[in-house]
Amino acid sequence: MIDLLAFAAEVGDAEPVTITGLGTRGGAVPDVRVVRAPAGIDWVQADEMTVCCGAGTPVDELVTELAAYRQTVALPAGGTVGGALAVGRADARQLGWGPVRDALLQARYVSAAGEVVKAGGPTVKNVSGFDVCRLLVGSHGTLGFIGEVILRTRPLARHSQWFHRADVHDPSDVFTTLYRPVSVLWNGSAVWVLLEGHPDDVAEQAAVASLVACEGPPALPTGSRRLVPPAQVPLLTGGFVAELGVGVVHHAEASDAAVRPERAQVLDHTVRQALDPSGRLNPGR
Amino acid sequence: MNEALLAELRAALTPARVRTGATELGLYRRDASNIEGSAGVVCFPRTTEEVQACVRACVRHEVPFVPRGSGTGLAGGATPLDHAVVIALTKMDRVLSVDAVNRSAWVEPGVLNLDLTRQVAHLGLHFAPDPSSQQSCSIGGNVANNSGGPHCLADGVTTSHILAAEVVLTDGSVVVLGSEAWETHGLDLRGAFVGSEGMFGIATKLCVRLTQNAPAVTTMLMDFESVDAGAHTVSAIIADGMVPAALEMMDQLCIQAVEAYIHAGLPTDAAAVLLVEVAGLPHGVAADAARIVEIGTAHGARSVRIAQDEAERALLWKGRKTAFGAIARIKPNYYLHDTVVPRRALPDVLRQVYEVVERHDLLVLNVFHAGDGNLHPLLVFDKREPGVMARVHAAGEEIVRISVEAGGVLSGEHGIGLEKRDYMPLMFAPADLAAQAAVRRAFDPTGLANPSKVLPSPAGCGDLQHVPEGAWV
Ligand SMILES: Cc1cc2nc3c(=O)[nH]c(=O)nc-3n(C[C@H](O)[C@H](O)[C@H](O)COP(=O)(O)OP(=O)(O)OC[C@H]3O[C@@H](n4cnc5c(N)ncnc54)[C@H](O)[C@@H]3O)c2cc1C
Repeated sequence: MIDLLAFAAEVGDAEPVTITGLGTRGGAVPDVRVVRAPAGIDWVQADEMTVCCGAGTPVDELVTELAAYRQTVALPAGGTVGGALAVGRADARQLGWGPVRDALLQARYVSAAGEVVKAGGPTVKNVSGFDVCRLLVGSHGTLGFIGEVILRTRPLARHSQWFHRADVHDPSDVFTTLYRPVSVLWNGSAVWVLLEGHPDDVAEQAAVASLVACEGPPALPTGSRRLVPPAQVPLLTGGFVAELGVGVVHHAEASDAAVRPERAQVLDHTVRQALDPSGRLNPGR
Repeated sequence: MNEALLAELRAALTPARVRTGATELGLYRRDASNIEGSAGVVCFPRTTEEVQACVRACVRHEVPFVPRGSGTGLAGGATPLDHAVVIALTKMDRVLSVDAVNRSAWVEPGVLNLDLTRQVAHLGLHFAPDPSSQQSCSIGGNVANNSGGPHCLADGVTTSHILAAEVVLTDGSVVVLGSEAWETHGLDLRGAFVGSEGMFGIATKLCVRLTQNAPAVTTMLMDFESVDAGAHTVSAIIADGMVPAALEMMDQLCIQAVEAYIHAGLPTDAAAVLLVEVAGLPHGVAADAARIVEIGTAHGARSVRIAQDEAERALLWKGRKTAFGAIARIKPNYYLHDTVVPRRALPDVLRQVYEVVERHDLLVLNVFHAGDGNLHPLLVFDKREPGVMARVHAAGEEIVRISVEAGGVLSGEHGIGLEKRDYMPLMFAPADLAAQAAVRRAFDPTGLANPSKVLPSPAGCGDLQHVPEGAWV
């Protein structure tokens, strides 16, 4: 267990405060006092498929360390563990590896009142109490500043290979032919597929779907990242790369902010207020 | 019962679906746990609008309500207290739409777990969470309890299979939490709702993920001369980088009870058996199965029985899934516990469980999800025996404490409900519980949605309270 008392004291219990990791996902709120979460891996338990680390630990450092145990973690590369969780956006392997929210088992965070609070539990399976962990993921630090986490790890695949197929104008066929692909990307005219598993299975799957091995996925456009119902993906037009089955679409152009139904927005606001009544944690996020 | 409230409920639902007869009230005063309460009235809405009408009426009259699916919950979550209004979702049981390409479906909460899987079987799909009660439990109940099952080891528990939920909140409004896309804008309110045990609102529609059926499956049974050897095998399989589709353990008393019941040729002299299932594409399945046999043998497995066909596979699973029926032959009553411990602590915790049970002069059968360290000690007894219930509860409390002390948690899949509410301080400090209570208040400021469950009353934080004696049946 990492000692979070010094971190809690730094966060304090009054006045606005912001937290930053490596600044790769937006960093600190401007003009607000900045704190950082502790970094470092506390322990790795490959036979439990769990790892405990400070939220300030770089994701890449964690991934390198876990590789020594032939394990990995379903967080997007770059930045810190805390930043990846607070933003809650998975990378293009979400279809096979699951969303970021499924990786967090337990979090110890500093609340708006400056207290160290625990959410979730240390085991891969746990339904004790309400799921505050899933609220923390994607909360952009507005509910609490995560200090230490226990994450679920996953074994590294025996074999992993990207494939490509040109001239695919309806990606549904490729998508339904494959058994649990890790990623299927489509840009309106071609697909890229990531397959993992036994090399012979990967080769057979690729053959059935007429895929050819390639270096890797295309560069994802960075203009905007939209969420659409997966059924709408085949209808998309313009410059994009879409994640099939998942509904994440990367566009070259910027897009308008998503509008959520009003009642959901109000509830969202009520939950934030319940945990940070004065809105001091990462104000404006 | 409040007559004005009754009149409003009858007007909203028709009198036929608002029941106050002694039979219904008797049936609905408890779930499958041993905790009994009292229902004031039982309503059977058919639509979201009718659920809204029920909730609005309850809130207007400040009468608590309890959402209820099939009533198979084991923690008293659906047990109504103090003549609460029971809102039974069983008549909302339609599969509304299925997207076979993107593998999702919108369903009403009263759809039974196994019915959903049956209805999509022709598409080569299934709903992954498979509680042993899957023939009778509802998807709404699965969501409220974040239920698990043997195949959740590889595929994750219910929350990983719920994309969105339409929910009626206590202000009478309807809100959709989450979306068909796997991520959402703003907070993951969907994630908070899953596992909220009926205390955040009532789910009236759910968007579930469907999972592809595996092209290849190998199911095997390994038997061991000691429980420790079986438990070490479990850890070794995971440490080797494999996540089998299922990894279940039964101990000797359980094996004997099951064998007497289904005659599957189980080794009744074994101290423990492991039921291991590997699923996926054929080459990977073959390689994993071979490696698992190697690991098992290295850890002292006496024999490995690999199911040769679908019939034999079904028979091995039948052994696992009928354990509850089988125990009725030993004693008439059982109390099923549900805790989780780190896999590496399994041998030690199991040893302590046997000690506790022996000290309290009870019998225990263990049949559990060993792969994720999810223990299910099943205490069997005859409740007509004077004083036996006190021993059952005392032993249960010790088992919960031992699990938490070993680095585990209070519940892996059955939830907290009333049963474990007063144990929450064993795992959470007052500040942790306050955060959970704040989230609950944000969803339900009235406190009328299934009150008194999950969270111990603030006065009791730090010390253990107990569900009133008379409530246990
Ligand atoms: C023999 C047996 C075996 C079991 N095996 C397993 C197992 O392997 N794994 C496992 O996880 N569980 C198991 N259970 C427990 C139980 O079946 C699950 O918890 C199940 O998900 C409950 O579903 P239900 O429809 O019966 O819910 P209920 O018992 O009716 O309700 C459970 C909770 O959900 C709430 N609720 C119900 N519907 C809604 C809704 N629409 N909106 C909001 N809240 C709602 C209720 O208020 C209550 O708190 C078993 C039970 C039995 C009797």
